[in-house]
Amino acid sequence: MSHEHKLEIFRGLLKFKSNTQKIWGVLIFLTIVTTVEVALGITKPHILVTTTIIGMKLLNWIFIILTLVKAYYIAWDFMHLRDEKSSLRRAIVWTPIFLVSYLIFILLFEADYIYNVFKDGFVTWNF
Amino acid sequence: MDSTVTTGTDENVWGGGNQPLGASYGKLMMWFFIVSDALTFSGFLAAYGFSRFKFIETWPVADQVFTHVPFIHGNFPMYYVAFMTFVLIMSSVTMVLAVDAGHKMMKNKAILYMFLTIIGGAIFVGSQAWEWATFIKGDYGAIETKGGRILQFVKADTGERAALADFAKTLPGERVAQENKDGVWFYGEGSLPSYSLNEVTEGFRANPNILIRTEMITEDGEKTLLTREESLAKIKDGKLVVEGANLVRNEYGSRLFADFFFFITGFHGFHVFSGVVINIIIFFNIILGTYERRGHYEMVEKVGLYWHFVDLVWVFVFTFFYLV
Repeated sequence: MSHEHKLEIFRGLLKFKSNTQKIWGVLIFLTIVTTVEVALGITKPHILVTTTIIGMKLLNWIFIILTLVKAYYIAWDFMHLRDEKSSLRRAIVWTPIFLVSYLIFILLFEADYIYNVFKDGFVTWNF
Repeated sequence: MDSTVTTGTDENVWGGGNQPLGASYGKLMMWFFIVSDALTFSGFLAAYGFSRFKFIETWPVADQVFTHVPFIHGNFPMYYVAFMTFVLIMSSVTMVLAVDAGHKMMKNKAILYMFLTIIGGAIFVGSQAWEWATFIKGDYGAIETKGGRILQFVKADTGERAALADFAKTLPGERVAQENKDGVWFYGEGSLPSYSLNEVTEGFRANPNILIRTEMITEDGEKTLLTREESLAKIKDGKLVVEGANLVRNEYGSRLFADFFFFITGFHGFHVFSGVVINIIIFFNIILGTYERRGHYEMVEKVGLYWHFVDLVWVFVFTFFYLV
């Protein structure tokens, strides 16, 4: 297993000299992202909590996007998907993305409907 | 982009021996497992999302639930989970370094990095056990209403949470826990809470400094705080004293929150535990020189994939249980 590693991250913006160096670079990046998440979670800036986009708080959108960013770098650099053939990479990545988006869409849509039944229907639950 | 078409004329496509995806059999099977396991976790998290959207106005706020750090008293939301996340990412890093050392056939370096990975995993599992214990024990206690809603108590002057012990009265003539010997068909009951409903209600009426906080979330993302008059009216709905959390009752709010917390973090914790066990096996295999004799360290790489996957799942669990 002596395949060579692709040593660029951020689309070539950052180039590393060795694989080891790239790993530490990715760790620093992931740590920064986690720190930002925790800081936002503790301070909860008012503007981000009160603004909503497509039924969810802006703050929560930021958390989810940052999570996906972290997931990308864990999969691409730690699980070295970056070094695999594109066909293998696509088979691994797009299968769950397709299935999970479908599941999330269905379940959250249904949950919102039930929420409205509880809210507007003749159901007493808060007593 | 690399092409995957195998066009070699001397190669028999179905005769084995060629690798269209450029990955060995074992590695592909590990990826199969990881993708299916990822779908399992997605199913759990999507179910969690379903319940949460169903009770979107009353779901517990995570940083009011997970507020403890070991050995330190006080209110520190999220710091400890952030630490756990960092430990897991760090152990992921040492795992990549072990894989990298394996590629270069550096046995001693691989041993060292595998050892650090195991330590990181053990710290994480230990932290999770502590997190569970704290969650199960509970901290302030609450009242459950007839409708199954949770009422928590807040001090009016400081805005801090009030524990039941802060204001509950001690009334004489209380009942004791029933035992198996008290009735032919009676099998006993769980431990009684520290205070009876009557003691909490009387203490609440006598102490004007205590207000009730309901589960309902306001527009600012905080729980609704009732006025003293509303609180006095609301306490009449009380039915049970709840301390801590289990699969049936939960002092933090919606009981589904506790159910999903135990189920999903438990399932993830079990993955970490099995990961640590597998890592230990690989660790000893490296020491024994198994991979040195085999000529390659691909086994470390395959186990590494699993270990990174566990880290990947935690990133999502962290977001959906503690941040969002």
